[in-house]
Amino acid sequence: MSITIQPAVRVETKRQPLPPRERLERIFNIDGVDALYGGKPAIKDVTMDVYKNLVTAIIGPSGCGKSTFIRCLNRMNDLIPGFTLTGTIRYHGQDITGNDVDPVAVRRHIGMVFQRPNPFPKSIYDNVAWGLKVLGMKDGLADRVERALTQAALWDEVKDRLKASALSLSGGQQQRLCIARAIAVEPDVVLMDEPASALDPIATAAIEQLMTDLKGEYTFVIVTHNMQQAARVADMTAFFSISRGDEGERYGELVEYDATQKMFTAPSDTRTEDYVTGRFG
Amino acid sequence: MSTHGITRADMHAVNLPRRRALNRLMEVLAWLAAAVAIGFLVLIVWSVARKGASELNLALITKTPATGFFTSGSGGLANAFAGTLVIVGIATLMALPTGILVALYLTEFAPPSVRNIVSLSLDVLNGVPAIVIGIFVYGLFVLGHGQSGYAASFALACIMLPLVARSTIEVLLLVPRALREASLALGVARWRTTLSIVLPQTIGGIITGTVLAVARVAGETAPLLFTSSLVGTQVHWNPHHALQTVPVAIFELSESADPQDHARAWAAALVLLLFILLTSLTARWLATRNRSKLSASR
Repeated sequence: MSITIQPAVRVETKRQPLPPRERLERIFNIDGVDALYGGKPAIKDVTMDVYKNLVTAIIGPSGCGKSTFIRCLNRMNDLIPGFTLTGTIRYHGQDITGNDVDPVAVRRHIGMVFQRPNPFPKSIYDNVAWGLKVLGMKDGLADRVERALTQAALWDEVKDRLKASALSLSGGQQQRLCIARAIAVEPDVVLMDEPASALDPIATAAIEQLMTDLKGEYTFVIVTHNMQQAARVADMTAFFSISRGDEGERYGELVEYDATQKMFTAPSDTRTEDYVTGRFG
Repeated sequence: MSTHGITRADMHAVNLPRRRALNRLMEVLAWLAAAVAIGFLVLIVWSVARKGASELNLALITKTPATGFFTSGSGGLANAFAGTLVIVGIATLMALPTGILVALYLTEFAPPSVRNIVSLSLDVLNGVPAIVIGIFVYGLFVLGHGQSGYAASFALACIMLPLVARSTIEVLLLVPRALREASLALGVARWRTTLSIVLPQTIGGIITGTVLAVARVAGETAPLLFTSSLVGTQVHWNPHHALQTVPVAIFELSESADPQDHARAWAAALVLLLFILLTSLTARWLATRNRSKLSASR
């Protein structure tokens, strides 16, 4: 007996089909990752690959460990006391989880944009230029700033007031400035932790558009609680859900990971189906 | 099971008048306590001003004390003001960088266990009586070497250190974590993030804390009696020697037999009081300015 799945969101079907997975270059090999806060697991046994030049979305209900997971990819959780990680995360084949790996070097290649816009209390220009200066990318500084702001679809709005404080921008502009700041230093991967959750629909659309425009140059991993957003921008989608352990403890796990098209139209796991059809979450 | 909802009996409690009276009483008591606190301040300032007004003139801070037998009572306390300036200045130079570094270590780098221990130590150091610090520095530097402005500065720096560190910690904790993450996510090193992103946010708070600490130690007497009190009447600026200071001068003048010396002690006290008042007001102004700047960056 077959049931036709009616997804809660309209999935664009005109998108070009992905080439077979074997032909895609793997940027992350994530294998058996458990992330624990003070010994309590937040996510358990996550195994998945992230492919180069695609947008990979992480979806799932609140508390399923989406943010924890994405912050593992650039060692951002190192800042949290009591955080531990087991398993391996290989970035271009090299394990980045070990104590002998410099998290600063990891973050140099894997940038991040956060849930709430967090520009520096500096001018618009300096927000982008500061990172470049500190990291020694000083040649053609003004050009680099302009290119980053253009890529982030912000240049036209700010070119006449580059010296103004970044805090005078609207929320959506601030978030695009944060994206410009992140891509100015030429990372390989850009992680986005619910980048549009504090923004209005127009600003959200601008950010989704720039991800689509820029994915030829960067690899994006985006956490979102918004299924429409995943359906619109992502090539691959991973669905995380909350499970209960033997003693009733809650932790997040990866339920299913596949091409976005398939995840929203023909998922293989009933939990994914329940989530994308809006029966749960 | 939890009970919920309010019954009619609660709303129309039988002892409502008693509750109201009690409430009123507590309000009056709190008001009285505040009035007493302010009253004492007014009383102190008023009595100091009344008794010192006759000797409050420019000569007090520009002239040195007269030494001749017949001229006793004339002259000023220029040597004391110069000494206080030098000693407090050097103490600030010692305590400020140390206090900031302690605060940075505690908030940005220390593991929680170390943080608790150092934090507790700061509180204990803050509670050590000034005279104990005076004796400590006396044993450390003065015995065998003699008194000096440096020894006095070191003693005052010991008092300033926990004050500066505490106030710096407070403003460092106000800096949003998102700002640190923004810098770290660019692949910028921790120390660079701390110096270029976190610290500039806290300048106002650090200045406030320092100004308050300066105001506090400018009036300290006990440690100076041990470290910098055997002095002449000339103006000296060299901290290798013992220097006269305003609090010690007040103390000595108050023990004099000459009533005019008493008046001068009051006048010097008034100047000290005005200085502390002025610095406290400056600190408050800086604090409000810094707070509004920080909240704008949220």
